[in-house]
Amino acid sequence: MFRFLVRRLLGALVILLIISAVTFWLFYAIPRDPAMMSCGKNCTPDMLKQVRHNLGIDHPIPVQYWYWLKGIFVGRSYGDFGDCSAPCLGYSFANREPVLGTILDRLPLTLSLAFGAAVVFLIFGVGAGMIAALKQGKWQDKVASSASLLGSSLQIYFVGYIAMYFLVFKMGILDNPSYTPITESPADWFSGLLLPWLVLAIIFTANYTRMSRSQLVEQLSEDYVRTARAKGLSRSNVFLRFAWRGAMGPIVTIFGVDLGTLIGGAIITESVFSLQGVGRLALDAVNKSDLPMVLGVTLLSAGAIVVFNIVVDAVYALIDPRIRLA
Amino acid sequence: MSNNPLLDVSGLTKHFPIKGGFPIRRTVGAVQAVDGLDFQVAEGESLGLVGESGCGKSTTGRLITRLLEPTGGKITYRGQDITHAGRKQLAPIRSEIQMIFQDPYASLNPRQTVGKIISGPMEINDVNPAGGREKRVRELLEIVGLNPEHYNRFPHEFSGGQRQRIGVARALALEPKLIVADEPVSALDVSIQAQVVNLLQKVQQELGIAFVFIAHDLAIVRHFSQRVAVMYLGKIVEIADREDLYGNPRHPYTRALLSAVPEATVDEEPRERIRLVGDVPSPINPPSGCRFRTRCWKATEKCATEAPPLVQVDGNKPGHLTACHYPETTETIPAPRLSKDPEAAA
Amino acid sequence: MTSTDQQPFLSIKDLKVHFSTEDGIVKAVDGLSFDLVKGQTLGIVGESGSGKSVTNLTILGLHDRDRTAIEGEILLDGKELLSASEKELERLRGNKMSMIFQDALASLSPYHTIGTQIGETYRKHTGCSKSEARKRAIEMLRRVGIPQPDMRVDDYPHQFSGGMRQRAMIAMALVCDPELLIADEPTTALDVTVQAQIMDLLKDLQQEFGTAIIFITHDLGVIADIADDVLVMYGGRCVERGTKKEVLSDPQHPYTLGLLNSMPSLHGAVDVPLTPIPGSPPSLLNPPSGCRFHPRCAFADKVVGDRCSTERPLLELVEDRGSACHLTDAQKQELFADFAATRHN
Repeated sequence: MFRFLVRRLLGALVILLIISAVTFWLFYAIPRDPAMMSCGKNCTPDMLKQVRHNLGIDHPIPVQYWYWLKGIFVGRSYGDFGDCSAPCLGYSFANREPVLGTILDRLPLTLSLAFGAAVVFLIFGVGAGMIAALKQGKWQDKVASSASLLGSSLQIYFVGYIAMYFLVFKMGILDNPSYTPITESPADWFSGLLLPWLVLAIIFTANYTRMSRSQLVEQLSEDYVRTARAKGLSRSNVFLRFAWRGAMGPIVTIFGVDLGTLIGGAIITESVFSLQGVGRLALDAVNKSDLPMVLGVTLLSAGAIVVFNIVVDAVYALIDPRIRLA
Repeated sequence: MSNNPLLDVSGLTKHFPIKGGFPIRRTVGAVQAVDGLDFQVAEGESLGLVGESGCGKSTTGRLITRLLEPTGGKITYRGQDITHAGRKQLAPIRSEIQMIFQDPYASLNPRQTVGKIISGPMEINDVNPAGGREKRVRELLEIVGLNPEHYNRFPHEFSGGQRQRIGVARALALEPKLIVADEPVSALDVSIQAQVVNLLQKVQQELGIAFVFIAHDLAIVRHFSQRVAVMYLGKIVEIADREDLYGNPRHPYTRALLSAVPEATVDEEPRERIRLVGDVPSPINPPSGCRFRTRCWKATEKCATEAPPLVQVDGNKPGHLTACHYPETTETIPAPRLSKDPEAAA
Repeated sequence: MTSTDQQPFLSIKDLKVHFSTEDGIVKAVDGLSFDLVKGQTLGIVGESGSGKSVTNLTILGLHDRDRTAIEGEILLDGKELLSASEKELERLRGNKMSMIFQDALASLSPYHTIGTQIGETYRKHTGCSKSEARKRAIEMLRRVGIPQPDMRVDDYPHQFSGGMRQRAMIAMALVCDPELLIADEPTTALDVTVQAQIMDLLKDLQQEFGTAIIFITHDLGVIADIADDVLVMYGGRCVERGTKKEVLSDPQHPYTLGLLNSMPSLHGAVDVPLTPIPGSPPSLLNPPSGCRFHPRCAFADKVVGDRCSTERPLLELVEDRGSACHLTDAQKQELFADFAATRHN
């Protein structure tokens, strides 16, 4: 296990390095000058030059990239704009503050959104999939399958606005989406995020219903499930301890990827419900050509996905003793 | 053995590397799948390769057809060294050495018609028989006992036995001189096996094609092959004409193998019963000396230190080679006999 | 041989198992009857689609109930199983009757240790503690000849060799001393030397426990080694019954004869072609009319009229010996006479 973690974490670093380099290079393919935007309306060529220097964008791209990398470990100064202590992921052109701080400000909301939605879609998605698998071909199965088909064809902005309109404004069942840190008021945190959770979960639920149904149906036809029944174990025992165990692996795999993606920001959901999470941050940064911010959010998303992949592989090995980590 | 065998294999070795180590992965060992095989196949002859799972017989088949690259040794086909021949050098030979696989379901492309499957090899090798490829395919279908009118059907429309016939027809398309058949009948129902064995026998006799016939069923190998080689843990332990091998087995393993074959007869007198204890050791770390010694009831110190060469031991006819320090004699009492327990010995 | 003075432990009467598929109704078993006495081994011979495996899953009640229509009677120790509740069946499975399967790797759970899998069967039926179950598992592993059972009990199936896995499965099936053991092709996937070990083991255990065994196989050689009585199935029906010696030495059904003739032996002539049965096993979705073997039968034209294709031949048993064939005894004697001569031994 130790060897596995070391090897995989080293691999993850390499991947993040490549991703940051590619993002860096891609960004400069866009013909926009961030210094112009920072400099403001009454910009003189001299001022522009100074701004360029302060932002550190007056060097060739590889050199800039090197400074950026170095900043992560030793920090960096941005002249008039201020200092950025290690670990420095860069300085936002648009917000005029270090990237890392901004991301960390937004992260709690995004994490709340992601994990809350995950709980909802896991319970409903996997639950519906289990029922459908147990009642293959019966009405429960048909209802679950149709619902998941419907769910997967819905779009968040559509469901989101409809739900807002009816549940919040018309009927007043749910609170208007807002974010209160859980440390301040758990009740407000919960009621403010309930609607975004449900809406975000709808899309994922469908996927998990289909996935867990097909996995369970496959497992239930395995020879060892038949053997377990032939030993006299009850249907429910066999279902939970044998079939479910086998079905878990693939579900855990996509769950890891989904969770990683969500932590990178649920852009549409955050926009629909006007929540200031990482997703919105990314969107704004792209619009403002704010390279350091784009880079920071990209690394966060990529890092989350890479880390969850490692976690998934480790969990997989716990589920299935045939898999050896090395 | 004729002086100019069709296929001459000497010292053939295949080791599959095992990767491991930390922090940098490297080769830490090898599965010694095939280790120093010597045998020849004459034109038109069928050589049977028998042995239990993991003995390396299928790997041998894949080495001969050069689907795998040998680690060592030499494969000579009609005087030409093909051990490490590249794609270009192999191209003309590939049409002369064909393969038939075990699973007739998996080895035919389900999206191609039978005509396309069988003419495939001709297209790839740009062979244009007189009268066209379609005519040739229809002839081939006729030869393997299928209706030539089924040219445009798909594999799923055929039964298991018929699919294996399609596999045979495909192998025959390029008029090969050698066919490597890897367990060609073991996936088929008993009543169908005989149909396919008869077909292969007809092909061998009428078209003069040499066979390397790989199977675990000793009765079928005996029926089909003029000469038989018995493999154990990557080595040939005994090779002989079929009458000698089945009538006068000299290697203890051959003898044990033969005595374990269940026969559909109710014997009045009990047959010889040798029961090997334990399992075949791992090919990653095979026993020193004679690889069979851990399960052999005759093993001594010598067997552990000295690998027995594959030679014509005393009392063998020419061409009957046995790799054993203490070969069996014919006069053995047909009584139940247990080999020693490898776990206890270890 | 089944003696008439002993009560049959398992009795199957006119069993029909039909399941509905998208393509139609599959008549997997179509009127099958047999009795089995304790301590005896009944070999069931058949090819793919003969209905041999379905029969045995039905005995254990492991068929797909929603899609299966069953008629007939299955009596285990006098108890009717087809009408038994799921709870009752669960108490019997693994306890009074158990089953071993062909592919031990696929049939054992990859997620649980060998010891857990053996032990949980014992716990389920005896209600003992975990540590007792573990002790029992080790004892069973020792009994089936697994070296160092106290170490291997914590291994997973993938850490066992093929032969050892099959031994472990046998240990699991016998952990509650069942009176009926159904073995579905338990040696087919094994090498001959391992197959011989497993069959010896089953014979020894049968001697020790007096278990009744149903041994399903397609290999007549295996039958010759292990069975007392033989039942030959074709297309969901029994075509021949008798003792091992009767069936193998004096077959009375053209299918049995064909099977025996098509197998090469270790002693037969080698330069003559084998005598295969033409054609393929029938589809049970749309089986042949009359005698299901008639399209492949070499002697169908010897029966007067078209009885073979129109009339189902009945299995008439005299002291558990007989065949389902329209040929008269005299015809069989004449037509099968070559058997001894052409048989490859």
